[in-house]
Amino acid sequence: MTLGEIANTRKAEPTASPRRNALSWGFRIGLFLVVVVVAAALISFVWTPYDVEAIDISSKLLPPSLQHLFGTDHFGRDVFSMIMTGARNSLAVALVAVGIGAGIGVPLGLLAAARKGLVSESIMRTNDLIFAFPSLLMAVMITAAFGAGAINAIVAIGIFNIPVFARVTRGAALSLWAREYILAARVAGKSALPISLQHILPNLGGLLIVQAAIQFALGVVAEAGLSYVGLGVQPPMPSWGRMLSEAQTMIGFAPWLAIFPGLAIMLLVFGFGLIGDGLNDHLDPRIRRLR
Amino acid sequence: MSLLNINRLNVSIGDVPVLRSLTMELDAGEILGLAGESGSGKTMTALAIAGLLPARAKMSGDILLDDLRLSAASEREFCNIRGRDIGVVFQEPMTALNPVMTIGHQVAETVRIHRNVSRREARQLARETLEKVGLPVARFPLDRYPHNLSGGQRQRVAIAIAIALKPKLLIADEPTTALDVTTQAEILDLFRQLVRDDGIGLMLVTHDLAVIAQTADRVVIMKEGEIVDQGGVLQVFQATQQAYVKTLLKNAVHVPLRHAARETGTVPVLETRHVVREYPGVRKLFGRRAPLRAVDDVSLKIFANENVGLVGESGCGKSTLLRTILGLDQAQAGEVLVFGRAFPADDREDMRQLRQRIQVVFQDPFGTFDPRWRVEQLIAENFHLYDSPPTGAQARRRIDEILDQVGMKSTDAKQYPHEFSGGQRQRIAIARALITEPAIIALDEAVSALDVSIRAQILDLLAGLSDRLGVSYLFVTHDLSVVRSITDRVLVMKRGRIVEQGRTEDVFSNPQHPYTIGLLAAVPDLDFARKFA
Repeated sequence: MTLGEIANTRKAEPTASPRRNALSWGFRIGLFLVVVVVAAALISFVWTPYDVEAIDISSKLLPPSLQHLFGTDHFGRDVFSMIMTGARNSLAVALVAVGIGAGIGVPLGLLAAARKGLVSESIMRTNDLIFAFPSLLMAVMITAAFGAGAINAIVAIGIFNIPVFARVTRGAALSLWAREYILAARVAGKSALPISLQHILPNLGGLLIVQAAIQFALGVVAEAGLSYVGLGVQPPMPSWGRMLSEAQTMIGFAPWLAIFPGLAIMLLVFGFGLIGDGLNDHLDPRIRRLR
Repeated sequence: MSLLNINRLNVSIGDVPVLRSLTMELDAGEILGLAGESGSGKTMTALAIAGLLPARAKMSGDILLDDLRLSAASEREFCNIRGRDIGVVFQEPMTALNPVMTIGHQVAETVRIHRNVSRREARQLARETLEKVGLPVARFPLDRYPHNLSGGQRQRVAIAIAIALKPKLLIADEPTTALDVTTQAEILDLFRQLVRDDGIGLMLVTHDLAVIAQTADRVVIMKEGEIVDQGGVLQVFQATQQAYVKTLLKNAVHVPLRHAARETGTVPVLETRHVVREYPGVRKLFGRRAPLRAVDDVSLKIFANENVGLVGESGCGKSTLLRTILGLDQAQAGEVLVFGRAFPADDREDMRQLRQRIQVVFQDPFGTFDPRWRVEQLIAENFHLYDSPPTGAQARRRIDEILDQVGMKSTDAKQYPHEFSGGQRQRIAIARALITEPAIIALDEAVSALDVSIRAQILDLLAGLSDRLGVSYLFVTHDLSVVRSITDRVLVMKRGRIVEQGRTEDVFSNPQHPYTIGLLAAVPDLDFARKFA
């Protein structure tokens, strides 16, 4: 081995069973946070401490206590129950939006990498066009035009995930296309489609999972933002973003109304962020070896 | 006392010993060749001397440079020693140089780190040093950037940086491995001259025994972290008592046993007719430069059972020609024929059949395997070329057969490529090429990166396969010794054209074209020491 090669061994030994390495603490904390929220969302389908649609004016604006862990709002609804139910929205919107983005964006990215020239150019320039609009503003416009509601919010957020996935996929796929094993597959007479599906896509897996985790986090924020301005899921179904906006006027005398939904959003985004970061380190052999 | 004294040096990384009880010395004005196969510890020895061992390494024993105890020096002290007392030259000159700094600046930088001199004096010294390594300022101004230079010229800059402060010791790790033979000969000349003029002690680390035979005064041969033999080059290469060294020397000039081609059939397996491949010229502010003609009117024929070598230096167009032959690039003029049929064929069905007949093995087998695929998947990838691809047990049997042909076990089919050594990977690559029962396999530098003993095995394997299966080979390589040992005919390529061709023995013993003569003269010769003794 030469000096240069020794320096390169960090890169040269690629995916030597990544699963054997212990996952980082950041990843575990992130996973814990996300699992807690997912569990809360699932449990809320069968049980919540109080009915989130029942109005009980006599117990309005109670501070956190043993009866009401996170207190109650101005209609006397239990904030803890509302956060549990609201988690469904946040997760569902983020999940479907990422699904739309990856489901359309990844094939487009693969196509753009495999076909140079007009196809690639038109895909990427359309991408740039979508990128040029501030995504949240466009989401507001779309929901304003087509009506507020969970479905439209999902579509609006999903559309802006497409170029993100397309661009990431194309960039990485282009570098894979230059690899020798792709050359070998071409000599074997394989055309672009089987090469993309059998060689390129599996080798992009790690990267796309990481990107999905990041987009999840952004999706949660986007959903909260849309709900905050009243364009997300509609009442009486609770949503974290709307809880925040309703709490705004009462923050002086009932701060818990803002604190708990805010914390919920923050921790879920934080959790996804940590998962994405941990997976990135974990799946990238260069970083893994340095640890 | 010698310039460099190494006494009972032990190095281990983690719990794994990599160097065991090394004792050697090097005099001023002497060239010491450090040779061995991969994993023998030769680079680790160089790293230990230069204080560049990885952080996890543990070291015991003594390294003395004059009266300087390197083995006890701290990283801080080494920062002063490296560059001033020890110069280091690496294999890859492009990555060892900073692409955004001029060559003059890079040489002057080393000077200014170690000596308290003005910018002007440093530049003056840089100019002198570059002159000394054969880059006169008149033709190579100090404000050139590395990308303006050829590989050999870049290596000269790297050497200039290493010797600018007249170090006592120069360590060169595979300094010519990435270079063409003629450039290699020039760089080795330069080393000899520097050692003679300045009394530098040179440690030349290389896997190439011929380079050592031609350049070094003394040689140390290592195996698995230990010294197996050392002494004068002539003494070791001619009269070694060590069995390992004897095998090494034998493998280096190994000639596989094979039958010369029996010409069968009149339709060539592969033929190119006046193939031209051009790349568009570099775009300038207005218009373009003239296009670069990488392959210029090349015609060749390869018949069944024939081994043909295509040699030439880097940039001569042999790789482009190969890509065109394989149908990865389209020729702009002329045609490629496989069994007399145009290749690549327009018809999909024709194309699939022709693809089965022509296969390739690349230089770096590891790079040509999808890291996520098992060996059986890799080998079976070509099955899709069949009308009715074998499945299940039938496919398994085919894979087992082919693995057996190349000397691998059937249990290897379930493994991943990273679990194998370089030689085994090359066997798998050959198995993948063989699975479609091709008529011709192109080998693109397929044995250049292998150790001599592995190379000998692979050459034997290839010779055996060609005898048994009647497959033809096209060896595309810069390694003339491989061509000489295994081919029937050889084509010499220069600037996109075939300048000479003929029977291998004729070309090697009686080259006609001046380029071929120069190429052959530059090849380092294992018998060099003997001839001039």
